[in-house]
Amino acid sequence: MELIEFIGIWIAAFLTLCIYSFLYRDNPFYRFAEHLFVGMSVGYTITISIYQGFIPFAWEPFWEAVKPFWPGVPREAGWSGLWKLIPIGIGLLFFGGVSPRYTWLIRYPSAILIGLGAGLAIPNVLRADIFEQTRGTVEPFASINAGTLSIWGILGAILMVVGVVCTLIYFYFSVEHRGPVSWLSKVGIAFLMIGFGSAFGNTVMGRVALLIQRVDFLINDWIGSIGALF
Amino acid sequence: MLSKLINLDRRIIFILVALAVIIPTLLPLNLPINVSNPTQRIHDYINTLPAGATIMIAFDYGPSSMPELNPMAKAVLRHCFDKKVRVIGMTLYPFAPTLADTLIKEVAEEKGAVNGEDYVFLGFRPGYEQVMLRMGTSIASAFEKDYTDTPLTEIPMMKDITNYDQIDLILDLASGSTTQIWITYVNVKYSQQIAAGVTGVIVSNMYPYLQTKQLIGLMPGYLGASEYEKLIGVPEKGTEGINNASPVHVLIFVLVVIGNIVFFIQRKREE
Repeated sequence: MELIEFIGIWIAAFLTLCIYSFLYRDNPFYRFAEHLFVGMSVGYTITISIYQGFIPFAWEPFWEAVKPFWPGVPREAGWSGLWKLIPIGIGLLFFGGVSPRYTWLIRYPSAILIGLGAGLAIPNVLRADIFEQTRGTVEPFASINAGTLSIWGILGAILMVVGVVCTLIYFYFSVEHRGPVSWLSKVGIAFLMIGFGSAFGNTVMGRVALLIQRVDFLINDWIGSIGALF
Repeated sequence: MLSKLINLDRRIIFILVALAVIIPTLLPLNLPINVSNPTQRIHDYINTLPAGATIMIAFDYGPSSMPELNPMAKAVLRHCFDKKVRVIGMTLYPFAPTLADTLIKEVAEEKGAVNGEDYVFLGFRPGYEQVMLRMGTSIASAFEKDYTDTPLTEIPMMKDITNYDQIDLILDLASGSTTQIWITYVNVKYSQQIAAGVTGVIVSNMYPYLQTKQLIGLMPGYLGASEYEKLIGVPEKGTEGINNASPVHVLIFVLVVIGNIVFFIQRKREE
């Protein structure tokens, strides 16, 4: 084992134990590790944003656009690259928020972003999440009609429609939830609870996975590295 | 007894959970693994691809989701390299490039896969929808160079790959909402086949897409990783993980049941 790897394992083990010490109670070791983590995450994100976002998508296009007008640089490119300044300029309008006097400038890039986002999203989201899901809910009934679905498939299809309708009724507030509407809405609650239970179980599985990986690291890598000392 | 349970120090539960993880780590269990249909479907799809086919793997997760998603990525990469299926790696997640690059190189070295011929890692680009839509026209317009700064035009395997038309499957390994974005923009607009391997936390959101076949398959957390490892016959971290997780799941199930019983008894007494 190389020295750098050995040191890395010990630092990681120390920080892992610092974080888990919170399970006993809040303490300075936990706060140290937490602040270190937050600081490093922010630093890493800013660096990535600069090198992968700002430089290739703002600085380099800006430089390419203005370079022909720089003293001593040949002007072969001429005006052709100047259009790149338009999106950069629109982006810069976001900085209007720095001064209360120019806050109104933010409206323009915001309007473009919202318009672009909505224009891209609405048709695709409608198709992916509404039309396709509706099709998926009713399609099995075509198979029932054709006689190609097993008894379990038929029950599943009926259960799916009952679940969808009752859950939607639970969220339908334009009528008072009394009588049959109230019963159907209660069935909807049962389906919702099953959904939440499933989500909770899967979340536990995900969180336990993190613990298992850390325990595996501490037992196999960290305690294992002690052998390298001798 | 009831008041003791109600006022139970939460640290006792932490100790029980710790023991439920540490003991199986020291004394490994070998629990049977049954492959579920959604994982089987991804395996079968890749298995039927001819040599020279291309799969794009989106590593849309960071270090905090490595325990669940790295074993999946390893298993799928092994399968692809064994089948001579070419792999394009990329990510829309800023924390992923280093871990994805390391992982691909590790499996490629093990399987003798060559960078630029059998696989390429494009790295990270910011913007989810924009990158996906640009790749629909031209991958090179979103990623001019790969992670090692080699222009895509100089990479042999990218010579006959322009956009999604030449990609047989996109596998999104995700810890966030990227799978839904891939479905919304790439499956809907380009009819691209999409599969997903996701963390346990978000897997419940994915099942509706599986039912409508917007996802051809789905690997859920450790379970999906262990199932895929079984399918390719290489049990590793996913299998270890699910074996170690099972006692904790049983413990938590028991604790939830006890908690509910205590809650109902207490409520009845108060009434």
